[in-house]
Amino acid sequence: MSFISYLINGISLGSVYAIIALGYTMVYGIAKMLNFAHGDVIMVGGFTIFFAVSMQGLPPALGILLAVILCTLLGITIEYIAYRPLRQAASSLAVLITAIGVSYLLQNLALLIFGANTKAFTSVVTIPAIKLADEQIIISGETIVTIISCIVIMIGLTLFVNKTKAGQAMLAVSEDKGAAQLMGINVNATISLTFAIGSALAAIAGMLLCSAYPSLTPYTGSMPGIKAFVAAVFGGIGSIPGALIGGIVLGIIEILSKAYISSQMADAIVFMVLIIVLLVKPTGILGKKIQEKV
Amino acid sequence: MKKRNISKNVKDNIITYGIVIVAYIVIQILISAGSLSSLMQGLLVPLCVYVILAVSLNLTVGILGELSLGHAGFMCVGAFTGAFFSRCMENVITIDLIRFILALIIGAVCAGVIGFLIGMPVLRLRGDYLAIVTLAFGEIIKNIVNVLYIGKDSRGFHFSMKDSISLGLETDGDVIINGAQGITGTPKDSNFTIGVILILITLFIVLNLIHSRDGRAIMSIRDNLIAAESIGINITKYKLMAFSISAALAGVAGVLYSHNLNSLMATPKNFGYNMSIMILVFVVLGGIGNIRGSIIAAVVLTLLPELLRGLSNYRMLIYAIVLIVMMLFNWSPKLIELRKRFSVKCLIGRSKEVQ
Repeated sequence: MSFISYLINGISLGSVYAIIALGYTMVYGIAKMLNFAHGDVIMVGGFTIFFAVSMQGLPPALGILLAVILCTLLGITIEYIAYRPLRQAASSLAVLITAIGVSYLLQNLALLIFGANTKAFTSVVTIPAIKLADEQIIISGETIVTIISCIVIMIGLTLFVNKTKAGQAMLAVSEDKGAAQLMGINVNATISLTFAIGSALAAIAGMLLCSAYPSLTPYTGSMPGIKAFVAAVFGGIGSIPGALIGGIVLGIIEILSKAYISSQMADAIVFMVLIIVLLVKPTGILGKKIQEKV
Repeated sequence: MKKRNISKNVKDNIITYGIVIVAYIVIQILISAGSLSSLMQGLLVPLCVYVILAVSLNLTVGILGELSLGHAGFMCVGAFTGAFFSRCMENVITIDLIRFILALIIGAVCAGVIGFLIGMPVLRLRGDYLAIVTLAFGEIIKNIVNVLYIGKDSRGFHFSMKDSISLGLETDGDVIINGAQGITGTPKDSNFTIGVILILITLFIVLNLIHSRDGRAIMSIRDNLIAAESIGINITKYKLMAFSISAALAGVAGVLYSHNLNSLMATPKNFGYNMSIMILVFVVLGGIGNIRGSIIAAVVLTLLPELLRGLSNYRMLIYAIVLIVMMLFNWSPKLIELRKRFSVKCLIGRSKEVQ
């Protein structure tokens, strides 16, 4: 029975990773850059909810809405100021380092405003826990909300990308920027939109993450960010279903290895699995293989 | 023509060595004049460590053209093997310098071997996938070191991955690597002079490699892999060569680092991906493939937070802003064009045109 509850916990953690990984994978697909600041946008989302709900006493729904709006604006601003000028730069490393700079900036801003000590985040989820099989399996309200929001986001995003004009424009830009521009697509606006969606998802991920693990520091976002990035690579970076698979597999592996092998070695095991997958399938599980032309 | 080219390289190298030596002499004079605060003096050895790390990472990133985010992992290997050796041999080899040189060699060889073993499967991957796998390896190395327990008693070495009690040491036993507590009591053999000598040796190795036949082969792989392969360059061999030399030099930096500290622990701060990223920042800001730039960037960026110490809480914020602005200024195509238009050379040229 404990195995099943571990599995459910794993899926719950994996759903959070999947939502974060979506932000990475969409941005990578369209702008071909690793957005290292994505993890810190999660932290900003968490702090916004903390500030609104715990410090100002606003209703949780309003707090979440505020966090989503703030993170969306933040994502667009970061892209406009820090990444857009470097899009045509000679080396793709330049924008990577700028992203690291943005990550430092967000962390230190949060450090200045909220201080270094850990904040106790009160969960914004009010759904009661479900008890199954004579109370041997307890599924917490946070878990239910996390898994449901992950499914809703996945379906919504897939529909958005495949059925709407803006989504089709995103696909076109990720395929070929130049050709998309010739077809009358506004490349800059499309990339901004991608950052906006990714950052809004980061705000939701921040809410879910902090509700499940209720401690908040300026560095809260960085390790889940890295893990979600690993999940995105694992599933094949640039692919939306890949992010879902990668996130959930990673979450399950992490929780199971924490439970059965060693809690200290859990991260090492997660990374080891990633390496093995990449060595067998160098572009991830659902990644497209690109033939190199001479 | 060929002769002039070579002499240009030599001249360039001499300038690089000269900068290091002059900086060393200036700092020595400052120390003897007593105008260097103890805080700054404590920063000198870490400065050497960062310079070696930046130069060695530039070999992978700038010369080989592969993005590695696991450099701190190799440093970690070097630091722990070197410190382990020194701790074991503390009473056997009593001459500090010989023991330290042996520790350096052991640290470098171990890091190099690990780099070779990791590089063999991993260098098949390209670009960002390689980056994420090296990041993963760095984290794995850090994690393993954190659960490693090694003790020594009259019966020999004992090894465990659980805790120090399960080592089953006898009463005379000595726990050398104590899991997350790391290694304590490493002899403090590092000093600034040794650090600078190691920087010079690192520069000698890297600069000579770049200007050798092998170095040109490595750079041809960076510029065009397929073309390099088609003219008969052994891709795997040269990639592995650059990668393991880079790892070995990171190991040297690690040994220098560990012998400067009384207690050595593998924390996310010193051997995690944050450290690897910081070294990468040095390399990219100093100019990818530019060795002298790496040195200068490493020194400036290490000193910057210390110089800003007066601003207390705002210093890391300013550091981040400086980093972003410098990257935009150095790399944005629009700003580069703007800088060209208003550069001194261009203004002189324009005034001549008017005449």
